[in-house]
Amino acid sequence: MSTPRAAVVGAVAATCMALAGPAQAQLPSYGVGRPPTPEEIRAWDIAVGPDGAELPPGEGTAVSGKPVYDAKCAACHGATGREGPQDVLVGGQGSLATAKPLKTIGSYWPYATTVYDYIYRAMPFTQPESLTAAEVYGVTAYLLYLNGIIGERDVIDRRTLPQVKMPNRHGFVPDPRPEKFPR
Amino acid sequence: MTNGADDSGVGRRTSRRSFVRRLTVGGGALAAGLAGPARSPAAEPPAPADPTRELGHPVSPYGTRSRFETAVRVQARTPTSVASWTFTPLQDSCGIITPSALHFERHHAGVPDIDPARHRLLIHGLVRRPVVLTLADLERLPAVSRTHMIECSGNGLTEWATPTMPDVQRTHGLTSCSEWTGVLLATLLGEVGVEPAGLWVLAEGGDAAAMTRSLPIDKCLTDVLVAYGQNGEALRPEQGYPLRLVVPGWEGNTHVKWLRRLKVVAAPAQTREETAKYTDLLPDGTARQFTFVMEAKSVITFPSGGHRLPGSGLYELRGLAWSGRGAVRSVEVSTDGGRSWQAAELQAPVLRIAHTRFRLPWRWDGRDALLQSRCTDETGYVQPTLAELVAVRGLRSHYHQNAVQSWRVAPDGRVSNVHA
Ligand code: HEC
Repeated sequence: MSTPRAAVVGAVAATCMALAGPAQAQLPSYGVGRPPTPEEIRAWDIAVGPDGAELPPGEGTAVSGKPVYDAKCAACHGATGREGPQDVLVGGQGSLATAKPLKTIGSYWPYATTVYDYIYRAMPFTQPESLTAAEVYGVTAYLLYLNGIIGERDVIDRRTLPQVKMPNRHGFVPDPRPEKFPR
Repeated sequence: MTNGADDSGVGRRTSRRSFVRRLTVGGGALAAGLAGPARSPAAEPPAPADPTRELGHPVSPYGTRSRFETAVRVQARTPTSVASWTFTPLQDSCGIITPSALHFERHHAGVPDIDPARHRLLIHGLVRRPVVLTLADLERLPAVSRTHMIECSGNGLTEWATPTMPDVQRTHGLTSCSEWTGVLLATLLGEVGVEPAGLWVLAEGGDAAAMTRSLPIDKCLTDVLVAYGQNGEALRPEQGYPLRLVVPGWEGNTHVKWLRRLKVVAAPAQTREETAKYTDLLPDGTARQFTFVMEAKSVITFPSGGHRLPGSGLYELRGLAWSGRGAVRSVEVSTDGGRSWQAAELQAPVLRIAHTRFRLPWRWDGRDALLQSRCTDETGYVQPTLAELVAVRGLRSHYHQNAVQSWRVAPDGRVSNVHA
């Protein structure tokens, strides 16, 4: 998703120049709305797509992430990510085709970038968007490590995270509905 | 309009119990009257014996329902009540509109408290004119009102393997229907100018989950609404106040509430809600992704689980049908477990992608009966039986359970949830 970001930057530059004139309205037919400032976009544009283009600078490892996990996550997700009471984050590989599938980051999530995106935007549950980039990289690395996907000292950053091979990367198929039911 | 179902399976047992206790305590005061089952809270005085001989209440600025009405949403049994859901009491509903206060809820991090004067919608990404809009800006744009149902794709997730929930509220209550008012997303996208590379739109909520979903641009240019109105007034906070998406016919999770941002992008963002959740696991271990459409479905709401028929005789079977692909064309009803079917009457107006009320007179002979309904939508799609659905999807796909529902009426008049 590097293209959208480049487009945004270009568009913002163009609209900032437009600000010089008296007409600020962005919607031409109705004369309402104003262009966003680059700061506004930066503050809100927290989504990280699979190519990781939006990832911030910084890095972490399972070693740096463990203390963050223990302090800020373990109470709800368990000492090793397997115990709950909230969503189980570790384990389940090889279970998807069984009678008791366990869907976790390790067994089910197709992209490692989603782990970063989701933890920053939504976790810890009662303090979303409170972790630093280094903390999110660290805790992401720790959860990938607990799932046996990376090594304990592997550095996770904006370059390496999109390259992590998730076990279920190719586990998803498009929607074929409406189905033909044998009647 | 109460139903006597117990609370097993779901719900905050304690609060529901104390609620029931209040009702029971209030019973003494009214027991001698003509009001039927007593419902008045104990603290309140009984209704006058003859309301024609007493002055009523004065006018009031914002109305509430009668204190004798008790239909409520019930909460699913989840570890926390802020990442949870509540079910609409379909057994107590009439017509096709769900009262805003009873519209089902699904929140991932609670209901945010948003000052509409400070709320902003940012539209950016692959667009020529990125824009920040206030609510006043949006209200200046051409408005449309559309009546649509919204159904959570998790509706019925407990019912795949065994009949689990006691009543229609908890088997089917994750669907609700409102008149929504707002701006067509197509209008907004036309104004900002989508770049040719812009094929998806990432929608983000302004709640503590900042929940995100990716939607294909074609749908966004068709019938998606950026809505600020619900049933003639502002959205309810639980329904996204002050702004939400309405994505007609698609699973509830895509109707992003508390909408603060739309980013036009080239490919889906692969958010947690479109990978870890809202994907449908198949028996071979693969999972379907982007299963947006809510397919045709129907259910009998009277009589339904927890009801007790007082005796044999003539009844009107009532229910709701809907389809995410358009209008309901027909609903058939069986009282013998699917051996024979009769066409039900559809109540006008029959609206596209909206609850459709159906009715059928039925003379109960007092013997065991198995009630089912099956709908066909305007595309010719016929609601499947559970066996048909399970044959294709297995038992672990969790979402999109739209099978025919069966209610057993026992000779003692008790109605229960069964698989037939
Ligand atoms: C106060 C309890 C609490 C704490 C603390 C907490 N979480 Fe969560 N977490 C939750 C809840 C509740 C959910 C489910 C939210 C929902 O239903 O949308 C969740 C979901 C998740 C998920 C998604 C799981 C899935 O399979 O979809 C991940 C990943 C996660 N949390 C990681 C973390 C991390 C990392 C931390 C620490 C930085 C953390 N959580 C701290 C309560 C918590």
